[in-house]
Amino acid sequence: MLECRGLEKRAYDLFMQNLVKGTSHLGLGQEAVAAGFGTAMRPDDYTFCTYRGHNHTLVRGVPMTAILGELMGRACGLLRGKGGSMHLTSIQHGVMGSYAIVGAHLPIAAGAALSAQYRKTQQVTTAFFGDGTTNIGAFHEALNLAVVWKLPVVFVCENNLYMEYTPIEQVTAVKNPAADRAAAYGLKPILIDGNDVDVVYETALAAYEKARSGDGPSLIEAQTYRHGGHSRADPGKYRPSEEVEAWLARDPITNYRARLEKLGIDGETLGRIEADVQAAVDLATETAKESPKPPLEIAGIDVWADGGAEWRN
Amino acid sequence: MAELSYREAVAAGIAQEMRRDPDVLFLGEDVAAAGGVFKATEGLLDEFGPKRVKDTPISEQAIIGATMGAAMTGLRPIAEIMFSDFFAVCWDLVANQIAKTRYMTDGQCSFPLVIRSANGGGSRFGAQHSQSIENWAMAIPGLKVVAPSTPADVKGLLAASIRDPDPVMFFEQKSLYSVKGEVPDGEHVDTLGTARVVCTGTDVTIAALAAMVPRALKAAKILKSEHGISASVIDIRSLVPLDTQTLLKSVSETGRLVTVEENPRLCGWGAEVASIVAEELFWDLDGPIVRVTTPHVPLPSAASLEDEVLPNVERIVRSVQRLVD
Repeated sequence: MLECRGLEKRAYDLFMQNLVKGTSHLGLGQEAVAAGFGTAMRPDDYTFCTYRGHNHTLVRGVPMTAILGELMGRACGLLRGKGGSMHLTSIQHGVMGSYAIVGAHLPIAAGAALSAQYRKTQQVTTAFFGDGTTNIGAFHEALNLAVVWKLPVVFVCENNLYMEYTPIEQVTAVKNPAADRAAAYGLKPILIDGNDVDVVYETALAAYEKARSGDGPSLIEAQTYRHGGHSRADPGKYRPSEEVEAWLARDPITNYRARLEKLGIDGETLGRIEADVQAAVDLATETAKESPKPPLEIAGIDVWADGGAEWRN
Repeated sequence: MAELSYREAVAAGIAQEMRRDPDVLFLGEDVAAAGGVFKATEGLLDEFGPKRVKDTPISEQAIIGATMGAAMTGLRPIAEIMFSDFFAVCWDLVANQIAKTRYMTDGQCSFPLVIRSANGGGSRFGAQHSQSIENWAMAIPGLKVVAPSTPADVKGLLAASIRDPDPVMFFEQKSLYSVKGEVPDGEHVDTLGTARVVCTGTDVTIAALAAMVPRALKAAKILKSEHGISASVIDIRSLVPLDTQTLLKSVSETGRLVTVEENPRLCGWGAEVASIVAEELFWDLDGPIVRVTTPHVPLPSAASLEDEVLPNVERIVRSVQRLVD
């Protein structure tokens, strides 16, 4: 969680310094969902993320330098600048992509789960998505197919209360956008505190156990809150300040730190972990800054599996 | 050689590859128990069972998404989209996800998958079940686009598409499903990106695709017997990759090019072919490049109206005659 927080804060700073172009969607405040699920996964499990996917990518073990380098469009970037912030992917870490069209990855995740089921590998697929996704057709198509075929996939809705700039309750027929729809697919409604990493972790373990034992998918709604706006362009001013303050008081990291102290872990140890993470973020930042721009010739390759881009002879 | 119908060649091509490779799966609406609405996949469920031949709900996004997810994790799935018009409800998965993900991820994954679909007009199904959308597909970098005109090509090119490591959009022209033809016995695998010279002439090259190939061939016979015009007919077969060498060679010999396209006029595949020939063979041309296409209208349903807009033999003959004379 600390690494996620440090990385996202640094990504924000780099935007302000104009070292990161384009757009980016930060997961500040939503770290417990990524960390809880990521910790419960096995190394060969599959993660499918949205364009707000830095946290989910990092928790699978992808190096910070590769993530920051990708945001900055450098040669050291995870995709050497060919994908950008919204498409972080690391197949070797089980990060099967970050998808920038809302809902697209839910049926793709179902396909990865179909593959694992067919190949009998015991791999579980997790698809993370936002509350806004529950109103798009692909969500419903994927849920139905996954239940009909009993696929080993876990659908995780991070309800941060806003679909982009609009309160989700204003545009959704039910109060809890994912949990209240579970019954439509014969699934148990699961509504959890997405800011409590222990709760998230236990929920993830149970869903993974269910999927691995052949009992099919789960749909989990984790309530959380975005500390910032939707994207770089959005300061998030449409949110009432009392609401923001109330959620800042439920910060997943502050609260988890307090829990650890109560359990007897001393402040010095925790401080050392925090300092180590900060040093790692600083090192990754400097390394990425020093990395050159990607070689221009890569813009014209890798359309096809043979590495080329030819469309005629 | 055995005589098979175009529809039987579909099932034969899929079965050949499923016997050979246990990673090949097949999914779509009504494809398993019902054998497909065009009966092009009959017998596959019986031979390969429900784990490999799967009926899906009417959920085109789920079908294409599942196909993509399976392909990026080690399988070689085949999906069916019942009518190519239905790509409009799952085009995000095709155009944004399948086509782009290999490139965007710096080549980390590839997508060995085939999406088959019944394409084109002539069956009186109206504007939402009759379109020729091969030009939609060829406009997206990252998709291979194949459209066979004979049963032998259906089997051979389908097998090649299944073995190909990249996503292939495989367009079956639905008015050809009952057409019969000789198909080679035993394993038959063709090569993507190869056009075929169907007949050789000296005055004009007629380039055609799918259902337009038999019409072009018929026109060539009439041109020869009634007007003394000698035409080469080229079956393009594969739009991406495009076999420009076969085409350029033929046009350099005849000096004239007519494309026969079922897609509506604007940005049809012939426009790209015409631009290549104009750019690379301009000084060898003896006349303008002529495109015979469906006009830029949706397809009407009534037989008389549909026949009026689809390129027919008479229109091809007239267009060639005007060019050569």
